Amino acid sequence: MSNDLSAAVKEICLQHNNDRIYLMDILRKVQVDHGSVSDEAIDAIADAVSIPRVEVESTATFYAFLSKEKKGKIVIRLCNDIIDRLAGVDVVAKAFKEELGVDFGETTADGLITLEYTPCIGMSDQAPAALVNDEVITYLSSDKAREIVRTLKKTGDPKKLVSRLGDGNNASPLVNSMVHNNIRKKGDVIFADYPDGAGLKKALTMSPVEVINEVTNARLRGRGGAGFPAGMKWQFTRAAEDPEKYIICNADEGEPGTFKDRVLLTDYPERLFEGMTIAGYAIGAQQGILYLRAEYAYLSNLLENVLAKKRKDGVLGKAILGKKAFDFDIRIQFGAGAYVCGEETALISSCEGSRGDPKNRPPFPAQKGFMGHPTCVNNVETYVAVVRLIDMGAAWFTSIGSKGSSGTKLLSISGDCHAPGVYEYPFGITIKQLLQDVGAEDAKAVQIGGPSGQMIGKEDFNRTICYDDLATGGSVMIFGADRNILEVADYFMEFFIEESCGYCTPCRVGNVLLKGYLERVMNGQAEEADLEVMKSLARTVKTTSRCGLGQTSPNPILTTLAKFYPEYTKLLKTSKDGFKPSFNIQEVLQESQSITGRKSVHFS
Amino acid sequence: MADNFTFIIDGTEIPARQGQTILKAADEAGIYIPRLCNKDGLEPYGACRVCTVLVNGRPQSACTQPAQPGIIVENDTEELTEMRKQLIEMLFVEGNHFCMFCEKSGNCELQALGYRLGIAAPRFPFMFPQRELDATHPEVFVDRNRCILCGRCVRASRDQDGKNVFQFTGRGIKKRISVNATSRLADTELKSADKAVAACPVGSILKKGVGYAVPIGERIYDHKPIGSDIESKAK
Ligand SMILES: Cc1cc2nc3c(=O)[nH]c(=O)nc-3n(C[C@H](O)[C@H](O)[C@H](O)COP(=O)(O)O)c2cc1C
Ligand code: SF4
Ligand code: SF4
Ligand code: FES
Ligand code: FES
Repeated sequence: MSNDLSAAVKEICLQHNNDRIYLMDILRKVQVDHGSVSDEAIDAIADAVSIPRVEVESTATFYAFLSKEKKGKIVIRLCNDIIDRLAGVDVVAKAFKEELGVDFGETTADGLITLEYTPCIGMSDQAPAALVNDEVITYLSSDKAREIVRTLKKTGDPKKLVSRLGDGNNASPLVNSMVHNNIRKKGDVIFADYPDGAGLKKALTMSPVEVINEVTNARLRGRGGAGFPAGMKWQFTRAAEDPEKYIICNADEGEPGTFKDRVLLTDYPERLFEGMTIAGYAIGAQQGILYLRAEYAYLSNLLENVLAKKRKDGVLGKAILGKKAFDFDIRIQFGAGAYVCGEETALISSCEGSRGDPKNRPPFPAQKGFMGHPTCVNNVETYVAVVRLIDMGAAWFTSIGSKGSSGTKLLSISGDCHAPGVYEYPFGITIKQLLQDVGAEDAKAVQIGGPSGQMIGKEDFNRTICYDDLATGGSVMIFGADRNILEVADYFMEFFIEESCGYCTPCRVGNVLLKGYLERVMNGQAEEADLEVMKSLARTVKTTSRCGLGQTSPNPILTTLAKFYPEYTKLLKTSKDGFKPSFNIQEVLQESQSITGRKSVHFS
Repeated sequence: MADNFTFIIDGTEIPARQGQTILKAADEAGIYIPRLCNKDGLEPYGACRVCTVLVNGRPQSACTQPAQPGIIVENDTEELTEMRKQLIEMLFVEGNHFCMFCEKSGNCELQALGYRLGIAAPRFPFMFPQRELDATHPEVFVDRNRCILCGRCVRASRDQDGKNVFQFTGRGIKKRISVNATSRLADTELKSADKAVAACPVGSILKKGVGYAVPIGERIYDHKPIGSDIESKAK
């Protein structure tokens, strides 16, 4: 048996040329085929790929979708992110537990089904949602949950769970999923009606430098969150001396409440690949990589099919559109469940088959990125915007949006509203207008930019979405009048604790401590001084963390403290017995009282 | 860019060479920037964040950030010292550090930094994690209770010993130092003379049979605070 496992694993390695670069693919395949990446499998991989076993173990234990313990043939991953909690995921979870007879984190005795929680799977507009292996199940209810378990027990086949199909390419036989696009508002750039291919054709009539200048003049900034000027990044990458260069598309879409890239990948993959190809031409890259989060594996056949068609049509591969010196192709690299891999240097580590640890900067990816070569990483939406920008010109592009923020932005809107979905707005739209459009005029709070962004209240609803005011990668979560703001912040802290890579002290430890103080407040055990400790600790984590994850992780606490201070102060306690409210003398005495068999005479 | 140039730390102009980190240049000038994961001879790592300084107002880890002509670096400020204290306290509460009976006491960089920065006891609640001790090896043991995840053993074993005995597994608060074997240190190629053993700043990797050999009063940090050797170079 064990020789069989070892042989099968080595066969998988061989299919990947025993090349370390493909370690992520190897691990994913081993996990899917064998239900785990066991110690034996790790030994076999280390042997075949010729790297130390602890290197393999290091990568394998980093990702949520890989495990050393044996999982069931079918893994149900129920999203328990904040939006699903609003949508009643509790009753769904209870139904799953009862029907399966196991708790979360456990596998049924027959080894068929494992039940787990997972953070946002990019379906917040159709919550509650779950992944069953690669299949996406949306709009869950307790009845549906029970039905799912029964079907799985009967058929053992997650594909049988897909009944009514979604719209657009979701209904294509290549996808066959019940996901809906929920495109609610089309703008002039991303969702505009125009023929594929025009952007690339025009780009190839220009020189690479002219293409970069056009992007620079359009003042296009990154759509993934950080908002770095795209033209400048392209120019840096082009200017790097090494002739071997890479284009990476960041399709990790891990920020809770973001799902607009999902829709682009589903219904506009042609435009995405076209944008990447234009970037490849401008920068002088030969290879593109689409880093796709494992949660979107259900789109892989569709995407591979589009790539194959593009190769056939001569718009990918050698001498693209007859341009002799321009060879460019794109491959897909899957992630395996790690939010931090959306951070561009962590993403590169992951592409290299390592733990998703961010890298030290400098050098920046534009100088030394993937395998040490100059690499340009951009968001899905950024590449799609480039296609239209090149076709229509920089002047046209800057005529849309606001002064410092040209063009449009896709917003993924979810939570307490009537019409959750994807909206394309010109930059400069007010929150008030947006809430009116989605049917959420009575909102109490809006989380802009996901957990790493900021929570705002009514007094800020006249502010605008743009890089100079409320910047966002696209996540907009709406909370109605009776929602508990501290619970939201507490969940966000839990998310960061789970997703910290653990490389640096402040993010690894500080977030756990911050959540502890927040819980103190929520349990009515905190005093004024605790809020001061929280603020100071939050500042240390923000200031000293190594990457964007830690640098933003205290935001749920800091922004709710700033905007919803009374929600904190109303829970504060002053001490009655002279002890700090967080100190429970009875709890501390419990163990010794039970050992001695008598109660304390001093503290009764 | 010029090969030799100067920049400013806390108002003092100091010389630097192209390719030097801020920390290295400061060391040569006799200015101590607190650090834990950095060690001479090992590739800079940027994990503990204790060396955080402000470079033209922006926080950077001095051990990884290249020195550049004319930059203004803030190091010894009240604000940064407070943050460094908190980082050290985080490392104390994250593990299980019982200094009073640890063999490394007096020679431990974490403890010494605690003293230097004036930490009497951590303000944060202890986490008391469950961590494993590995005493299988005849000459060396690993007590993960005291590991601060600095990665010095990882780099020393890989780059100096050429062995890859250590590497991290898991992520976030569950990240641990692991060995290149299914579980036991005894099954690795580690030898007690390896650089990886000497690289550990705390009492996590220790040689057997030599604990408490140096009497109190003669240990590295008994008389002078950590960093004094660097500061003694100041002109
Ligand atoms: C923790 C973390 C997660 C991130 N996740 C994503 C992501 O899922 N998608 C994305 O495009 N950018 C993400 N980013 C931003 C990337 O690091 C990078 O700035 C971006 O991909 C650059 O593309 P852009 O300039 O086109 O936005 C993340 C950053 C951090 C710090
Ligand atoms: S801030 Fe530090 S621990 Fe957190 S994800 Fe970034 S590098 Fe890892
Ligand atoms: S064992 Fe020692 S050297 Fe290795 S990571 Fe832990 S504290 Fe650092
Ligand atoms: S899919 Fe559940 S919150 Fe996004
Ligand atoms: S010494 Fe610079 S981060 Fe640790």
